[in-house]
Parts: sequence; structure tokens; C-alpha cells
Amino acid sequence: MPKMNMIQALNSAMDIMLGRDPSVVVMGEDVGYFGGVFRTTDGLQRKYGEQRVLDTPISEQGIVAAAIGMGVNGLRPVAEIQFADYIYPGYDQIVSELARIRYRSASEFHAPVTIRTPCGGGIRGGQTHSQSPEAIFAHVSGVKTVMPSNPYDAKGMLIAAIEDDDPVIFFEPKRVYNGPFDGNPDQPAVPWSAHPKGEVPEGYYTVPLGKAEIVRPGSACTIVAYGTMVYVAEAAARAQGVDAEIVDLRTIAPLDVDTLFTSVKKTGRCLIVHEATRFGGFGGELSATIQEECFWNLEAPIARVAGWDTPYPHAFEWEYFPGQRRVGAALKALMEAA
Amino acid sequence: MPVGRYPVPFDRDVAVELLRQMLRIRRFEEACAEQYGLGNIRGFLHLYIGQEAVAAGVVPLLGPEDSLVATYREHGHALVRGVAARSLMAEMFGRATGCCRGRGGSMHLFDAATRFYGGNAIVGGGLPLAVGLALAAKRSGRAGIVACFFGEGAMAEGAFHESANLAALWRVPALFVCENNRYAMGTALERSQARTDLCGHAAAYGLSTRSADGMDVVAVRETAEAAVTEVRAGTPCFLELQTYRFRAHSMFDPELYRERAEVEAWRARGPLHTYTDRLKAQGLYGEAEFLALDAEVAAEVRAAVAYAASAPTEPATELLRDVTVAA
Repeated sequence: MPKMNMIQALNSAMDIMLGRDPSVVVMGEDVGYFGGVFRTTDGLQRKYGEQRVLDTPISEQGIVAAAIGMGVNGLRPVAEIQFADYIYPGYDQIVSELARIRYRSASEFHAPVTIRTPCGGGIRGGQTHSQSPEAIFAHVSGVKTVMPSNPYDAKGMLIAAIEDDDPVIFFEPKRVYNGPFDGNPDQPAVPWSAHPKGEVPEGYYTVPLGKAEIVRPGSACTIVAYGTMVYVAEAAARAQGVDAEIVDLRTIAPLDVDTLFTSVKKTGRCLIVHEATRFGGFGGELSATIQEECFWNLEAPIARVAGWDTPYPHAFEWEYFPGQRRVGAALKALMEAA
Repeated sequence: MPVGRYPVPFDRDVAVELLRQMLRIRRFEEACAEQYGLGNIRGFLHLYIGQEAVAAGVVPLLGPEDSLVATYREHGHALVRGVAARSLMAEMFGRATGCCRGRGGSMHLFDAATRFYGGNAIVGGGLPLAVGLALAAKRSGRAGIVACFFGEGAMAEGAFHESANLAALWRVPALFVCENNRYAMGTALERSQARTDLCGHAAAYGLSTRSADGMDVVAVRETAEAAVTEVRAGTPCFLELQTYRFRAHSMFDPELYRERAEVEAWRARGPLHTYTDRLKAQGLYGEAEFLALDAEVAAEVRAAVAYAASAPTEPATELLRDVTVAA
């Protein structure tokens, strides 16, 4: 099976869907002629032309809004917002229009729009190139919010998102574009070619939205993570010698509660890890949902490790980022709790 | 097209100061590139090389009561404005003695003492701020105008259009300086604007408009001087300066969107060497003086790098400081 990094896998997903479905359109800042700042759309405009792969001006609100109109009128747009940090001018259109078009028209209209956007830190991007704003999209009824953590899922989930008749906010954790990252910036980078999830079928396949994956079975506790933090959690569990079951959420909303409940009922302990700030972060929703169902199975309070409640810092990046040290300490405390 | 069609009209002090400021920016940016290569500056870095005439020509026209708003390509504006080179370099290095204690880095420079309101990596993000700053200055009866720098790419954002209207509607003392370097990252102007006459956009909202060759520091200064005079009298202005960045958009840009010949043609119009040649041809400045000036500037930049390299980082216990007002 071919080896792909996440960028190649995403490119392959768009390539396949542009080829299979004439209603699919890729659009965004620098996605066509330039090939995307992360090269994710490289070659697509050459192959499919300017009518299918559209360069847009720097107009995030316009990109999202036009995609909605195109989606309502028969197209299947895949819009790129170059960094998740740039999405806010489009947020009004996502919340007020995209998320509601089905509801307010009683399903007479819908907008099958996918918004792809690279997120997350660990690349010295500072406050405007590092954020993880998934919680403010998960909070909005009417859109699906996903974040794959590896090339295989990225391709299969992007195809599923494009085929989905509801809008999908598709977060791409850019720190793992080129390889899994265990949270230690001083270690040499590991490429996806050395990881089983870097084996990606050439052709069409889907990975269903709304389904989490147990990436490491275990019995001592459950670690719920998504995106880059899946690998930090794995490394921390290994380092602590804890037989942790690691759930890669993959889809943030709608949440795969069955997988979560089954795992936590089995292990009796739960640690939630995300890069985004803690207060009002998605970890709060996860914690509440899990304890409502699993309270009588819990041996210890559900724990969270998250980014600190501050704008994403430049110099303090590795203090902010929930690395192995913090995840490991939380894991240890969770296992030692009564 | 040659740069500058008539003799430099300024007295020697002004003429040399323009050169000095352009040279400071050039050497500072070259040092940033070098330090990036050494791993001392990391992450995102956008160099101003090629566009020096804009900051050098406009910023010195502002007084201490005036304010500045800039973009993520703002090292030069901060430097000319008077933020110390060492404070800027320390910020790039992420050190505690940087102008924002290392919290912002290259794209997010702020400095209250010089009324430098950023440093903004959100395209168009600074424009509404400039309107607010200017309205506050006007309402309080304080003297002072606001100069807001941005690229032509920002003019596709809704923020530009709202800001232009508000500024004209409220007649705030704002100078909108559009640095038209022809590429919004990799997208050429004609690929992103239906109407490439940028002054036309601004005029539609009722702003007074002017345009000049941004490679000619003389034209920049003269045009900006007229615009600043108008803004001080209460009319918001839009100034388009046609310029070019010689380097890549950032440190990760393979520059597949423009031809080498085009870059070379613009380099031939480089603001620094063409202006130096004009001064020399007019007998306003000699080679020996230039070398002495360059050595002085190089020493300033070297000292800034040394300062940054030996500066401390903020202790991690300060991580949550400045998020909200201190308890």
C-alpha cells in the first residue's frame, strides 16, 4: 500500500472527489495556482482547471458565504481557511447561515459544505497561527466538527465529509501533517512512512464521521484525545507504564458516546487531553457527558489536561502545550487516586 | 522605469536620514534572516526587504502624538518609529527583554512608548483598530493622527471596506497606507481584485486618495507629506505605494507564483541602491560617507543581536500574566 503523509492523503481525497463528482469544487486563498501554503491542494488546479479549483482573495467571510450559496445551489464546495486562526471573519456565516440553512428551511435547502482548516500549535506560530478553536464549532448545532489524527483517517474522513449532506468543519492538526509527534520538540521528527497509519490506499474509501477509534487497547484507564494529542497520550502512557486505553475521538461532534461509555465503564478511570484552552474547552463537555453515564463506574474523578487559559504564547510554547510531562503527571495522579 | 525622475529635493540632513533609515531596515532584516537560519528566530518570519522606502518615507513624518498600526511584516515600521533595535530583536528571539516580553514574536510587535499598536498577523485586522484610535484622538481633542499600514491583499477583506466607510463617515484623522507589493502571499493583484485601481476602492468610500512609486523614497515622502497634512486638517486619506518584496512571503515560500525575471526587474529598481546612487550623483553623499554609515548601522544591528542572544527568557511562572487585569 502506498505511504502518504497527511498532506498527500488530503490531496488524494480531494483529487478523488474532484474526479468522481463534478459538483465538487475546491476553493480558498492560494489553493489553486499556488497549491496551498501547506501544499495540500498542489496540482489540483492544473488537473481540474480554474472552474473546479478556485483561488479566492483574502476574504474569509466571503469564502464561507460563497461556499454556502454554492452548496445550496447544487455544488459540493470544499473551502480552505488557510489557518484556523483566520476563520473568525467567516464564523458569523458558519453560525448564522451554514449551520441553520437546513433547519430554517425545514430541510428544503441544505449546504453540503466542507471547511478544511489547519489548526493547533507546536510550530512556533504564536497567537495567530496555533489555535485550536474546535469547541466553538462543536457548540454550534447544525455543523459537524471533526479532527483526524493521521493520514489514513484524514483521507477517509475528508471523503466522508465531502459526501456528507451536512456541513463539516474539518480541522487538520498541522503539527502532525508530516509525522506523528509525541510532544517532545527536541526528538528527531518521525515520518508517517514509519507508521502504520501512513499506509493509505490509493483509491476511494471512507472513514465514517461520528466514530471514534480505540488506537491502543488497555484496561487501567481511558485517555480521550484527538489530533496531535493522541501521540502525546500514547507516549505518556508508555513512559508511565500505564495500561491505558486510548480513544482517538476523530469526530468531535456528533460525539461517539458508545465508544466512550464502553471504554470508561471498563477501565473506571478517564483522562481527557486537548491542546485548546481548558476553560470552556471541549474537555468540559466530554467530562460531563461521560460522568452522566459512567458515574457509578468511576474509581476517580475525571481528569483533564489542556492548554493554559491564555492566548497562545510565542516564547512559552512548550509550557503551554500539554506535553508528555503534564500528561504523564496527570496520568500518574489519576492512577493513584483512590 | 527609472526610480526618481528629478533631483532629491531635500536638504542634506533629511536626505541622509532617509538613507539611514532604509539601511537600518535592510541590515536588520538581513540579520533576522541569518538568525532564523541559526535557529535563534523560529516560526514565522516575514521580511521587509525591498519595501524599505515606504516605512522610511512615511514613518518619520509622524510625531510623538501620532499612532501607528502595522501588519505581520512590520519590523521596519517599528524600527523607524523608534522602537529600539535590541528590543525588537529580543522579541524575535522570544526573550523577556523584548518589546512584548517575548510573547508575540516577529508578527506581533507592540510598543506603547512609541504608540506602536502592532504587529497584526490577521490580514486586515489592524484597519478597524486604526479607525477607533483615530476617533478616540478626535473625540478627546488631542492632537495626533493614526497611520495604518497594510498590504493590497487586505483590501479584499470586509474589514477594509467597513473601516474605509467608518473613517470617511466620521472624518477621523486616519492615514491608510496601502503597500501594494502586488502579491497577497502567492496571489497576484489581478487574480484577487476585479478592480485593480486601488485608489478607486478608497475613493468610492469618500477617502481622499494619492498614489506614488513606493520604490522611490523621495516620491513616498513627498506624497505622504501632502497626505499627512490633509489628515492633520481632518480629512482621512488613502495612500497607495507601489512596491515589491524581494524575498519570499515568509521563510517557507517556494515563490512558484512569480518569474525570476520579474523579481530581477524590481530588484533593479531597489529603493536603497537607486537612492544611494542619486545622492552620490548629486554630490550630496560620498562613498566613504556611505561606508561609514553602513558600518554604524551594522554595529547597531550586531549589538541588537548580541543583546537578544544574551537576554533572559521570562520564567514559566509568568505564563498567565497579562491575560486579564492583574488581581
